Amino acid sequence: MMKIDKDKLLIGAAGPVLALVSSFVLTMLVLLATGLDPIEPIQLMIENAGYADIQVLIINQTGIYYLAALAVAIGFRMNLFNIGVDGQYRLAAMISAVVGASVELPGPLHILLIVVVAALTGAFWAGIAGILKTTRGVSEVVSTIMLNAIATSLIAWLILPKNLGVQPEGSNDLTTGEIAESGWFPGIDMGQGNGEIYGFTFVALALGVVYWFALNRTRFGFDLRATGESESAAQASGVDAKRMILTSMLISGGLAGLSGMPTLLGDTHTYSLSFPVGVGFTAITIALLGRNNPVGILFAALLFAFLDKASSSLDVEGYPKEITQIMQGIIVIAVVVSYELVRRYGTRRQQQKVGEELAAGGAIKTDKEVSA
Amino acid sequence: MGIASAALALSATACGKSSNDSGSDSDSKATKAAIAYDIGGRGDQSFNDAAYAGLKKAEDELDVKGAEAEPSSGEGDADKVQRLTSLARAGNNPVIGVGFAYAPAIKKVAAQFPDTTFGIIDDTSVTGKNIANLVFNEEQGSYLAGVAAAKASKSGTVGFIGGVEVPLIKKFEAGYVQGVKDTNPKAKVLTQYLTQPPNFDGFAKPDLGKAAAQGQLDKGADVIYAAAGLAGSGAIEAASKAGKWAIGVDSDQYNQAGLAAYKDSILTSVTKDVSDSVFNLIKSVKDGKPQTGEVRYGLATDGVGLADSNPKYKEMTDLIAAVNKAKQDIIDGKITVKTAP
Repeated sequence: MMKIDKDKLLIGAAGPVLALVSSFVLTMLVLLATGLDPIEPIQLMIENAGYADIQVLIINQTGIYYLAALAVAIGFRMNLFNIGVDGQYRLAAMISAVVGASVELPGPLHILLIVVVAALTGAFWAGIAGILKTTRGVSEVVSTIMLNAIATSLIAWLILPKNLGVQPEGSNDLTTGEIAESGWFPGIDMGQGNGEIYGFTFVALALGVVYWFALNRTRFGFDLRATGESESAAQASGVDAKRMILTSMLISGGLAGLSGMPTLLGDTHTYSLSFPVGVGFTAITIALLGRNNPVGILFAALLFAFLDKASSSLDVEGYPKEITQIMQGIIVIAVVVSYELVRRYGTRRQQQKVGEELAAGGAIKTDKEVSA
Repeated sequence: MGIASAALALSATACGKSSNDSGSDSDSKATKAAIAYDIGGRGDQSFNDAAYAGLKKAEDELDVKGAEAEPSSGEGDADKVQRLTSLARAGNNPVIGVGFAYAPAIKKVAAQFPDTTFGIIDDTSVTGKNIANLVFNEEQGSYLAGVAAAKASKSGTVGFIGGVEVPLIKKFEAGYVQGVKDTNPKAKVLTQYLTQPPNFDGFAKPDLGKAAAQGQLDKGADVIYAAAGLAGSGAIEAASKAGKWAIGVDSDQYNQAGLAAYKDSILTSVTKDVSDSVFNLIKSVKDGKPQTGEVRYGLATDGVGLADSNPKYKEMTDLIAAVNKAKQDIIDGKITVKTAP
């Protein structure tokens, strides 16, 4: 039993490791091809990651990526591809910022209200795709991509000063107004201008534990994974597959909505035109790289946050910081390829083993027959 | 995962040190200036490149050592704070944030470095003793473009293409439309924006500008003004191929190498002298009299204006007379140009 588990673990880890190694090698080749030193940028990045202010940025970004990647992963476990995490994240951040700025409540309540509104908005937006899928059979891939575009237009309209937006005097930015201090999530100040670790980062980690527990230790998690493996089989064993689809879409959207909270509650306290975008797309790669496993996703999120933040000063040293984007892009391709390779290898190995065992078993039987 | 854990191990050993500590140089005598770019970075043929031109000029003429930093995609205010902080700690003075997105970050960082001058382009919402707000009257330049368009148009229909629908570009629209209407009340202005924020493709993708311009040409427009950064070159191409007029933006696009094939159709360009504003700020710091507060560039100081490089434009004396009159009226305060449509 132990031996098989070790095998499984090795094969499970082989995919990401293969993907990372090949992406690093390919990136170095790109650097070489452009006539740059392939080693120094990597050294610089590792050096950068040693500084406290960069570490704060990395940790905060990890929390954001982690939440968004959990949102993607829960869909993946259900065999649903929620590409709409980015739209859900942006819309939820915007709506919750508007609600947060319009009320003033005692501290914890104010924060709770904003967080709940964000989760509900995200869930609502993803739920549209869920309902379309369960009632009309519309592929969630198509509908969530479209909902991303609709979210963009909806936000652009809502944030106009004549609707919900505010244009601060003298600014060319549009915001949703500043949330009162009671709605700021306290963080950990790292001192000396090194920045603050967003308090919501710890909520993100806690949600990782909840994710693990719900998926592996509850009836709901079992149903979800079963439906993801085979919808018809799950249905035959009494699982309402349609309800599972809708539920997991709602949870995915809710988590996507929460992924805007570290930034909103810990830093900007408003939604503006310069609110970070693209989180939901990076999260897809992170969930893939982390194999939908809460610990794997944490490391993948940490890696991507490291690539993002440690590279920020590369251009000052004369290296294009875009190399990290190349690296991230190659990781996406490498992940898909290496997982397939590893899967095939695993299947072949399994077949071999079964064959060997059968042969061995057969031999014993023959022995017995002979002896008898 | 190897790298991630290596990074973790490293961070555990080097905790507490800031990336900025190592930055301070010994040669504090020489003036060092830094600019932090907006989305797109250097090479956008527009806003950021203009800022770089100002820094380059300062390097050449003032013997200033320049530093540049580019943003990463999808970054937040915290990243901008970190970037400005490290530029300031490295001894750069002034540190200039290119674009309004830097406003919240400058507000935080400027308070920590009272002896460093911070410049911000296109924003007056953050103020401080050591903050210079470099702003432009884009609407005034655009008003003149409207006058020129109304005069040059034969069909009575002109077009406006905005890159991304943000307040800044709406200033261009407001001035242009007012200029057209004041010159020819019966003229029709077709207005179109290419994308909505946070999708900034409308400043970057020429095919979008080309398609939008084509649509306006089909509706009878014969002068098209595109305030759309790099995407505007697509609009210029479409107008040129149809034998109609285009009006450029930000720099004198008649002289831009990439648009040489269409330059005969570029009637004029609304210039916005970002490069001079950057140069002037650096110079003021070097001279020991740093600019502070709102530094406005309008028609009166030629901070915005119309380019007259196209020989065909110079031949249109009637048009030039109207433009010059409008310019004088704005400077004298007889015409107030709206900043929002």
